[in-house]
Amino acid sequence: MADNARNTKEIILSRIRAANGDTAATVFAPSPERDWQALPRAYQRKGELGSAERVQLFAERMEDYNASVSHSDEVGLRQAISDALNKRGKEIIVVPNGFPEEFLPLGVRVIHEDGFDAAASAERENVITLCTVAIAATGTVVLQHGVGEGERRLSLLPDYHLCIVRESQIKEAVPEAMDVFANSATRPTTFISGPSATSDIEMTRIKGVHGPRFLDVIIVR
Amino acid sequence: MTVRVADAASAAKFPILANGLVEDSQIRQNVRHATNVIQNKRARVVAEQHDWQQLRESASKIKEHTLQYLDRYLEEFESACIRAGGQVHWAIDADDANRIIVGLMQNAIEKNGWTREVIKVKTMTSDEIGLNHALKAAGIQPHETDLADMIIQLGEDKPSHIVVPALHKNRTQVREIFARKMGLPELGEKPQDLTDAARNYLRDKFEKVKIGFSGANYLIAETGGVCVVESEGNGRMCLTLPEMLITVAGIEKVIPRQQDLEVFLQLLPRSATGERMNPYNTLWTGVHEGDGPREFHIVLLDNGRSSILADKESRQTLHCIRCGACLNACPVYSRTGGHAYGSIYAGPIGAILTPQLQSMKHSQSLPFASSLCGACYEVCPVRINIPDVLLHLRGKVVERQQNSLSRGVSIEAVAMKAAAFIYAHPRLYTLGQKFARVAQKVLVRKGWIHWLPGMLGGWTAVRDVKQLPDEPFREWWAKREAAKRDEPMEKSYGG
Amino acid sequence: MRISLFITCYNDTLFPKTGQSVVRVLERLGHTVDFPADQTCCGQMHFNTGYQQEALPLVRRMTEVFRDAEIICAPSSSCVALIREQYQKLAESSGDASLIAAVNEFVPKVYEFSELLVQKLGVEDVGAYYPHRVTYHASCHLLRGLKAADLQLRLLRNVRAIELVPLEEMDVCCGFGGTFSIKNPDVSAAMLADKMKAVLNTRAEICTAGDNSCLMHIEGGLHRLRTGVRTVHLAEILASTEAGEP
Repeated sequence: MADNARNTKEIILSRIRAANGDTAATVFAPSPERDWQALPRAYQRKGELGSAERVQLFAERMEDYNASVSHSDEVGLRQAISDALNKRGKEIIVVPNGFPEEFLPLGVRVIHEDGFDAAASAERENVITLCTVAIAATGTVVLQHGVGEGERRLSLLPDYHLCIVRESQIKEAVPEAMDVFANSATRPTTFISGPSATSDIEMTRIKGVHGPRFLDVIIVR
Repeated sequence: MTVRVADAASAAKFPILANGLVEDSQIRQNVRHATNVIQNKRARVVAEQHDWQQLRESASKIKEHTLQYLDRYLEEFESACIRAGGQVHWAIDADDANRIIVGLMQNAIEKNGWTREVIKVKTMTSDEIGLNHALKAAGIQPHETDLADMIIQLGEDKPSHIVVPALHKNRTQVREIFARKMGLPELGEKPQDLTDAARNYLRDKFEKVKIGFSGANYLIAETGGVCVVESEGNGRMCLTLPEMLITVAGIEKVIPRQQDLEVFLQLLPRSATGERMNPYNTLWTGVHEGDGPREFHIVLLDNGRSSILADKESRQTLHCIRCGACLNACPVYSRTGGHAYGSIYAGPIGAILTPQLQSMKHSQSLPFASSLCGACYEVCPVRINIPDVLLHLRGKVVERQQNSLSRGVSIEAVAMKAAAFIYAHPRLYTLGQKFARVAQKVLVRKGWIHWLPGMLGGWTAVRDVKQLPDEPFREWWAKREAAKRDEPMEKSYGG
Repeated sequence: MRISLFITCYNDTLFPKTGQSVVRVLERLGHTVDFPADQTCCGQMHFNTGYQQEALPLVRRMTEVFRDAEIICAPSSSCVALIREQYQKLAESSGDASLIAAVNEFVPKVYEFSELLVQKLGVEDVGAYYPHRVTYHASCHLLRGLKAADLQLRLLRNVRAIELVPLEEMDVCCGFGGTFSIKNPDVSAAMLADKMKAVLNTRAEICTAGDNSCLMHIEGGLHRLRTGVRTVHLAEILASTEAGEP
């Protein structure tokens, strides 16, 4: 079976080389690196907005998705989180490993990631996470599931996801946002742009098929 | 090696399928509505993106470059993926892919005592190879988890669009399918009710089924990463909850570097659903300790792609990122829907991809299913010159037909050769004009013709045609020139 | 200037008035028109139906027939688009050096009628008079191939007494597409139905365009249904003056 597998790979690769007119000479030619470097990239890589406008754009885009957006500074963050949860009537919150304890609201039942039992549905309702970077132009938060972000299913199974975004994490354009995690590209990465949605029935956009139906954001100065 | 594109090889010709669909008022209504909605949304978000043309240019060049070095990039991807704990398989055609995939699942099910089920995220590639048939033959139950694919699967139907496969169904029809198959006789009819039903029905499956199956939008050679772009969240479910994940991807899905993703993630959502960004993108690399599947396999699929690569004129077909924008822009597609193409790949891209994957042996009517208006090329985010490719493929179809050893020669070929001969000889040509003017007399009523014989009958089935004028342009010109020559006496005396 | 007319095979046979109109307009503007009588067809029908090899000799003929021309004008954007987009590629694929050279010399000389007027001759007002309610359809080859639909609108806006009404979905294909109209008559008719609907909604008396291929198809449907609306080629509108229409 292993031999067969090697054969198939070689057959496909040799077909590709033949299709490209590669001879033995060009197979040992220099890598595609130079040609890749020469590819045209006249599109916008960096944004032009000032930081206040950038934050505002991000907030607007999130609100377009019916996300509730609030602003806070570090001092008021615990209260802001508490307010956000109250507004949605949430009394239990799942918290990722490494999430700063000092911001967790009192009076709310906290379940830590290690104790998270996916099968117990009551516990699964609400999760709070940090993020790696946010994109203003598209209204996106990106998680790489590291410290304070939780493993991937933590922000997937609950019905409500509250994401804490620092102003300094907000980039305007997609390319510059992706630069932020270029060095950790092999980490598991999830781009989240609003709650889940489908338009499959008569083109009516319906929220929340799978994945959290509610997404809120607190922007921290 | 036998390439398979679902059951395109046995599909009826486009004109025959289309003629039935053009008269189906519900299809006409639904397809028109869906394509209009997405087109309008797309137009709005594209207008917002001031560097749209530059993004298209880059995307096109990245794809062109990748194809040129496809063997290198595939090998680079394989090494990087394996380094990250993934396992890479190569499949020459549909049967090969199915054998590998079913084998992996069988082994895992037997070894671990898992249920004989798999949860699937939407991928057209799975339909292309006919995976579900192979799974069922092996006693493994596939569960489609995309809402539209669920509608199709439960309704025992076929998809009709790349991005919104069930657009040909009304909510009442969907309700009927769900009520019956999910055992929900009281089910409401609002789209929200139907979506809630799907959510509950699948939750159980997501949490219990141990094997997940997906396609891939992008494979990143530099890192070994795989990217899946989706809206509903079922992708995230299938990619992270199961113990084992198997992904199938056409070899043309690879892009060189992580940085290239920034181009495609801007082009795809705007083109496909008219959004600035779709709800969820998942990017994973091999196996992640403590997060997600413990075993990851990827099957790299050829199934005819390497033969498309060999055609310099039409290899640009492999740039396609499956956004569906060309379908929405196409005046032919929006009046027939996807079933007219007899293939999982429909619309303009389907018309060029389907026959080419099959080395032009089947689906030969598809390159002709176009008025060459060019609307598709205008919206294609990777700048595939679809009209050019259609013309090129028409030539290949004609060449094949002329080379085939069948007894008869087609009437069309005879007519074309005759026309070419006439056009090459001006005297014959003018004679032909005169002949036509005489021959038409029997068909003309009050200056118009309402019926033409044979192939030309296609015209008069729905249109009239004006009679040929008594005097073609060249005769008018000749007379005018002759009249001028008769005047010179007056002119030369300073008249 | 001396302008050589490429009438196109279908205009020659079916729409001679369009050719006469082009001559009238150009002469009115003070130019000389000649007509190389050996011309027949640019090869579009063959090329588009997949008979590209059969089109090659017709390509060569075109370059020979117009060898002495300085400027070539055709009232058909689909023919001009073929010449501009495909002739050089086709010649190259033949590997015939003399054909390649001939085509390279020929292609830059070719203009669609409104391109000639606006871009080469610098004229947007040709002194036309046409007291009718008219709507304009932008043919696909003109719009997306030559990118010149705007030129035709500018010419129309300068016609005296014309009542120009915008056509909804002006840029959507009418459904002709050459042999497509015969090979896929039902889809072609479905596309025509929407185009006719848009035309009738304008309550215009006349639908115009720069291509008789589109107009033949649109008028075929308008007449079959006795709508009382007719089509007229742009050149014929531009040729009309107070003294009369062609």
